[in-house]
Amino acid sequence: MDSLIQVRDLVKVYSLGEMDVRALRGISVSMERGEFVAIMGASGSGKSTFMNILGFLDRPTSGQYLLEGINGERLSRDELAEIRNRKIGFVFQGFNLLSRTSALENVELPLTYAGAQTSKRKEMAQKALTEVGLKGRGHHHPSQLSGGEQQRVAIARALVNQPSILLADEPTGNLDSKTSEEIMSIFQRLNRELGITIIMITHEPDIASFAKRNILFKDGKIVDDHKNSAPTIAGGWK
Amino acid sequence: MTRLLASLRIALRALTVNKMRSALTMLGIIIGVGAVIAMIAVGTGAKRRISEQIASMGSNLLIVLSGSSTSGGLRFGSGTVPTLTADDGKAILNEIPAVRYVAPVLGGGAQVVFGNQNWSTIVNGTTPEFLEIRDWFLSSGRSFTQQDIDGATKVCLLGKTVVDNLFGGIDPVGQVIRIKNLPMTVIGVLATKGQSTQGQDQDDTIMVPLTTAQKKLFGMQFPGMVRVIMVQATAPEVMKDVEDQINDLLRQRHHIQPKQDNDFSVRNLTEIMSTQEQSANVMQYLLGAIASISLIVGGIGIMNIMLVSVTERTREIGIRIAVGAKGWDIRLQFLIESLVLSLAGGTLGIAVGMAGTLILTSFTQWPTLFSIKAILFAFLSSSLVGIFFGFYPAWKASLLNPIEALRYE
Repeated sequence: MDSLIQVRDLVKVYSLGEMDVRALRGISVSMERGEFVAIMGASGSGKSTFMNILGFLDRPTSGQYLLEGINGERLSRDELAEIRNRKIGFVFQGFNLLSRTSALENVELPLTYAGAQTSKRKEMAQKALTEVGLKGRGHHHPSQLSGGEQQRVAIARALVNQPSILLADEPTGNLDSKTSEEIMSIFQRLNRELGITIIMITHEPDIASFAKRNILFKDGKIVDDHKNSAPTIAGGWK
Repeated sequence: MTRLLASLRIALRALTVNKMRSALTMLGIIIGVGAVIAMIAVGTGAKRRISEQIASMGSNLLIVLSGSSTSGGLRFGSGTVPTLTADDGKAILNEIPAVRYVAPVLGGGAQVVFGNQNWSTIVNGTTPEFLEIRDWFLSSGRSFTQQDIDGATKVCLLGKTVVDNLFGGIDPVGQVIRIKNLPMTVIGVLATKGQSTQGQDQDDTIMVPLTTAQKKLFGMQFPGMVRVIMVQATAPEVMKDVEDQINDLLRQRHHIQPKQDNDFSVRNLTEIMSTQEQSANVMQYLLGAIASISLIVGGIGIMNIMLVSVTERTREIGIRIAVGAKGWDIRLQFLIESLVLSLAGGTLGIAVGMAGTLILTSFTQWPTLFSIKAILFAFLSSSLVGIFFGFYPAWKASLLNPIEALRYE
């Protein structure tokens, strides 16, 4: 059976005026269903570019990326949007919730664009919020929630469409260590209990140690890729 | 459908968050639509007044004026030299089948006196058909008859203005007034006619039997002399034919040689009026066009605010695109926003326009008229403005690069 994610010779070149910046210089990797991968590397190592391509937010200059056998190369902007909507959940460093919009409505957002009925939307969004331990907090606005809670709303939003992969870009970058561990505990539980594939970017080795596989980027190339035989177990939240 | 409702909700929320800004943006549309409504009301009112004046003048009306003349190198205008007679009028009626009524008129200015009041007005000697042609009624008393014409009796009909100036609340019917010192019995009062298209007060007039005017008031240079013959044709389509036939008939009756000029002239007043009506139309379109410019300016205001709004919400747009919003979802969101602004502005603008028109009317006494068509037009054009000026910002938003948008501070 094919891998969930197959990447071959991925190259991404940005042209900044006169100069070409080679962000990715030939990445080949595959990932399977149910993995929890941490991608590490210094800033400028190309890990964010890689993540954007995995999330169909960007297109590679050359090389091939298949998600469940789907090649985004020839697809239109709108078709890519649909794939993102159905198969990918995003969690960002800065949470990226819509302010002035309640937590519940933030979680509903992907369902809105999937064209789900209002009642179904509410039900699924509630379920996702329960999943991240925010049951009954749906009516709060992001400004009324702590950083950790906001990130949990973002995770609920990423989960609500039951995507194939959850992409997290520095999910703990704006959080203190205790809250970070809470988030990691959620990731671990989602991975373990619901079998959700998680790919997470981080530059903190502590955070990477929660993942089952660590990949290290340097100068646009993978320099290390190893299974983490004994991931740290995160303490649960109350 | 659910997506449309969701977009509507998102748009409404975005607008209520920036209440002041939304209100100011709407103000542009309110003024634009209000101006369109008010200007069209003024234009329609003016047009209606002209139509009424045309109707008040009498329909299918031709006026035969006695001729211009040349004397010692000086050319005098139409009507300066009397050439027409009452018999010309009879001939026109009898020999041209498409003529319904004919009324010869001989008139002039005269001083009239009742008791200690006096007034200067126009006294017209004519036949009872005059009232038929002008579609004019009596508000009291009776008109004069063929017997009055035959006997040149000393009776008269007074216009409303004359009554107001001579009789302070007394019923004039049966009273005797003096016209050029000749005592005349008032037998009727004419209904109010209002201003003519030239702004003359049509009610400032007295009517007497033609023969009375000829023999007792103004005198005649030759028997049966009249200055004007009013002719009413049976239908608007035959006006041109009747005009030609009158020309032929009168040339023949006046023994005018083929190369000589007419000693009379025929005017088609309906034609003149319809020209005025056309210019009122042009006026209306012009007013509408000027008002439309302010509507367009209002639209540019919407576009401006929408562009600001798109820039401000770059990150939000990035989030939406990342979680799966298609280009159309984003466009719809911003289009609905501008549409809501312009339609709300349009609705308020209609109210403001109507209120403004009523105020204008009460201050200036201009005739104004609202039409459903104008209101629909204003509403429709405000929604078009919303779509047209909302489209570019919406389109721009939908083309944002999600990666850059998400990084936008």
